[in-house]
Amino acid sequence: MPDIDKQEQGQEQNQGPDFTPEMNPPVREEAPSRAETIRKGPIRRFLDTPADNTAKTVTVALLLCLVASMVVSAAAVSLRPLQEKNAALDKQVNIVQVAGLYEDGVDVAEVFRSFEPHVLELATGAFTDRFDPYQFDDRAAAEDMTLSAPLDDDPAGIRRQAEYVTVYLLRDESGALDKVILPVYGYGLWSTLYGFIAVEEDGNTIYGLQFYEHAETPGLGAEVDNPRWKALWRDKKLRDGEGNLAITVAKTPPPAGRDHFVDALSGATLTSRGVDNLVRFWMSERGFEPFLERVRAGEL
Amino acid sequence: MAQTYRNMLVDPMVDNNPITLQVLGICSALAVTSSLQVAFVMAIAVTLVTGFSSMFISVIRSQIPGSIRIIVQMIIIASLVIVVDQVLKAYAYEISKTLSVFVGLIITNCIVMGRAEAFAMKNPPFESFIDGVGNGLGYGLILMLVGFIRELFGSGSLFGFTILETVNNGGWYVPNGLLLLPPSAFFVIGLLIWAFRTWKPGQVEAREYRIRAVEAH
Repeated sequence: MPDIDKQEQGQEQNQGPDFTPEMNPPVREEAPSRAETIRKGPIRRFLDTPADNTAKTVTVALLLCLVASMVVSAAAVSLRPLQEKNAALDKQVNIVQVAGLYEDGVDVAEVFRSFEPHVLELATGAFTDRFDPYQFDDRAAAEDMTLSAPLDDDPAGIRRQAEYVTVYLLRDESGALDKVILPVYGYGLWSTLYGFIAVEEDGNTIYGLQFYEHAETPGLGAEVDNPRWKALWRDKKLRDGEGNLAITVAKTPPPAGRDHFVDALSGATLTSRGVDNLVRFWMSERGFEPFLERVRAGEL
Repeated sequence: MAQTYRNMLVDPMVDNNPITLQVLGICSALAVTSSLQVAFVMAIAVTLVTGFSSMFISVIRSQIPGSIRIIVQMIIIASLVIVVDQVLKAYAYEISKTLSVFVGLIITNCIVMGRAEAFAMKNPPFESFIDGVGNGLGYGLILMLVGFIRELFGSGSLFGFTILETVNNGGWYVPNGLLLLPPSAFFVIGLLIWAFRTWKPGQVEAREYRIRAVEAH
């Protein structure tokens, strides 16, 4: 340490006046005598070193970073279990809602237990045992090079599609299939919309569509969350009598008829087009069609 | 002394409001005021961060080297903001989803830095804390006012409770969609500044120049 004594004098001079609400003249502490300085321990000496000393600058920066990083990691680590529980619960709430089982004050975790999660291989429409459905992360899979493939023709704007996704089955009391809940996502106007679509046991009738994450324009595109708009999806048919994919979100009913038509949101043309694209993509042969075929055949 | 503490707390509400007088922290005021609930949580978050960051900075103020003082302030503020963000994610998940990036952006909120640099670096911890809380509340007050106007006329509700039944839900009120978009907060804040300065003419700044009349030819 360089000559502490001299620098200490300098620091006392440099210190600005302390806060004095009543406008008293600033009271300055008396500079410690030389004898006192010698008796000081290392901490005291460090505190008395002028702040502009290079060694002190480095030390203060390091100490501060250390303390700050400890505080941040402590908060992050201690709160992580709660956060993960919240994220999982949020997803469960949305699955329960899209299946129409949600009521205010219902115990979501309890209701969610009646759903059967399965990891589905999209190409074959068969369930796979390769992954634990309770642990499988759809979003991570879509980014994983070994579990996903890039899309050349990409109407939903998702770039890469995972080979495996988690689907949820809901059975009635007798054990017969009631609904399947399928995850869908795709690009709207500003953001990727993530949601679930619930399909009835006939593999063709939509029960509901719900997005749990998006950043569309409030009041316009964000009206995809409006219960009145979501209700339009109830009882629409995915495919026409000849088995062609006919469901569409549009301004005017398609030739296939009103059974396949969901009125687009006014003032949100691009969001509506995004929803149209993503629903049609995920319900096509490249999406859940192989699986829905099995549902229609009553194999589940 | 009590009187002065009170002044320090109340002063930033109207007389020295960070938004309407100092015109700081406008960006986040645009982003988080489309609903009252979000504005309320944001106001609390900013108040806590401003208060505690001012306090911690004040505690170590004589040890902060002048050459890196801004970075030191940023580290303290950023750490506090991350802690607030983590707490929100753990205890108010729904709101944290809507606030998402804006909580992180408290770090760059000029009000927090401004109080740290202008007040906390020169004053004792408790005063700095009060000053920080006061400024946070002043910011929050404007946020709530703007949020009130935007949510009521933009979505016909307050704190999520329907006040004006909108046409979309089968009512009569045609909501003003502009008020839900961020630029509308500019208009509302501008009108508020006008109202504040009409009420307190002392806040009107002196003109830096005068527009001269065109001489007739």
